[in-house]
Amino acid sequence: MSTAAVTDKRHSTLRAASLPRWTPWVIAAGSLVLGIGISMAAGLDSQVQWGLIAAVLFVLGTFGVAARVEGRRQAKDRVATSLVWVAFLLAVVPLVSLIWVTVVRGVKVLDVYFLTHSMGVVADTEPGGGIYHAIIGSLEQVGLATLIGAPIGVLTAIYLVEYGRGRLAKAVTFFVDVMTGIPSIVAGLFILSLMLIFEMQPFGFAGSLALAILMMPVVVRSTEEMLKLVPNELREASLALGVPKWRTILKVVLPTSVGGITTGIMLAVARIAGETAPVLLLVFGNPFINNNPFEGAQASLPLYIYQQFANSAGSGAAFDRAWAASLTLIAFVMILNLVARGIARWKAPKTGR
Amino acid sequence: MAKRIDVSGLTAFYGSHKAIEDISMTVEPRSVTAFIGPSGCGKSTFLRTLNRMHEVTPGGRVEGKVLLDDEDLYGAGIDPVSVRREVGMVFQRPNPFPTMSIFDNVAAGLRLNGNYKKSELNDIVEKSLKGANLWNEVKDRLNKPGSGLSGGQQQRLCIARAIAVEPDVLLMDEPCSALDPISTLAIEDLIGELKERFTIVIVTHNMQQAARVSDRTAFFNLAAVGQPGRLIEIDDTERIFSNPSVQATEDYISGRFG
Repeated sequence: MSTAAVTDKRHSTLRAASLPRWTPWVIAAGSLVLGIGISMAAGLDSQVQWGLIAAVLFVLGTFGVAARVEGRRQAKDRVATSLVWVAFLLAVVPLVSLIWVTVVRGVKVLDVYFLTHSMGVVADTEPGGGIYHAIIGSLEQVGLATLIGAPIGVLTAIYLVEYGRGRLAKAVTFFVDVMTGIPSIVAGLFILSLMLIFEMQPFGFAGSLALAILMMPVVVRSTEEMLKLVPNELREASLALGVPKWRTILKVVLPTSVGGITTGIMLAVARIAGETAPVLLLVFGNPFINNNPFEGAQASLPLYIYQQFANSAGSGAAFDRAWAASLTLIAFVMILNLVARGIARWKAPKTGR
Repeated sequence: MAKRIDVSGLTAFYGSHKAIEDISMTVEPRSVTAFIGPSGCGKSTFLRTLNRMHEVTPGGRVEGKVLLDDEDLYGAGIDPVSVRREVGMVFQRPNPFPTMSIFDNVAAGLRLNGNYKKSELNDIVEKSLKGANLWNEVKDRLNKPGSGLSGGQQQRLCIARAIAVEPDVLLMDEPCSALDPISTLAIEDLIGELKERFTIVIVTHNMQQAARVSDRTAFFNLAAVGQPGRLIEIDDTERIFSNPSVQATEDYISGRFG
């Protein structure tokens, strides 16, 4: 009995005082209350300022409490953890608030009528009308751009990873890097200059060409990374069976990486779906339905949003339509992402028994 | 089936680095030849020159002759793809194709090379899996992914995949180094059966394994790090392990270095 008591009192080098698990929550709540209190007292009325003060208090408070109870090393560890949490919240808050605002303002006029009718003769300042023409335009332009950009991008990446050696490969890599940095308006101007040479009027396919230029480097980059992830052993296993290189690429390398490649393409599609500048220059916008991307001006969702804001002269109806179109565009991109994830999961190499 | 390999004056490079120099040997058909030697002495490189896999590595280059029943693998007009169909290979780490089922893995070599009827494929896959002593373990789950098997089973799957295309020669690059003793035993037994039909060359770091499975043993060594590897001697396995003619071989086998 007495030995047990002695053992208990003996100082253990492995066990140290530690804060209970609910401590971070308490510190967070405390710093939030304190942050709001300080802000009220100082007469600050921006909620962003309240949040920032609370965040700083949270990090400092964590360090203070932990340093007191647990020691400096654990305190540093806790500060790092709380910094990660604060950074996470800073990143998520704008995203959530953006989606929230878009949904709240967008659902007002978003209905089947809105999705299935064009603006037609409805003036931009009046209520009514819809975005059918813009959806058609967006789908056709983005679809055609993907048909051009994705194959070229994937084939370029295959060349770079599987065949590329020496100067040509280095040059291609360099120009792909340069292309990644091209602002969308420059891609639009490039196609516009061609259009002016041939004296053409705006049409949907011209926009597709500019979008394809923007899409290509993104596809090349992501596909390249995915192909590099395929273990060399698989290529060698296939070659050692007497399979030619091109069939090895087609039947072993690509199926192994198809999930990642699809995700990359979908992300590139999502990126170009929101481009406004080249579409403004090359497709021009059109309140009527134009199903033919090869002739005549077309509409597109991002362009429609821009024009509803710009041409409405402060009309509430136009603002509502712009928000609803934004919501549609976000939903469209989100659905694409979900589809990409689905394909990636479906095609991923199987590991189960 | 089961061809003889005659190598003369073979030198292999990685870029400007000479990995192996002036190797000459004969590998008899329907026998197991083991390559032993310290790491980095060029055993695997030499093995890979025997089915033209060496040149797959960027900068890989070969000088000299490899005769497969009197036909030079490095002669003019020889298609490396056809060479690899006749000289199959099993790698150090089991590498089944992750996107394919067990059946598709075994059928891969045939399917990727031409058109086969489903019934033909069924027969070949069954025969190959039986040949690799794997049939009883996987016959009920041929449609499951190959990566779900244990390491030893995966390696036997890779052997089944290699013998499904009916090569003349089977090269094995340390096929048991990633496996436990029981799986190793299974594969060694398998090598004993396969030598009835194929010419087998095996690289191993395990000298007991070389003594157990091989008919002839070749000892490779390099003078110093950075120097090219050379063939020191090749002889019947019994002689190499009892009374080698070169002192370095005896030193290596008796554990005095390496």
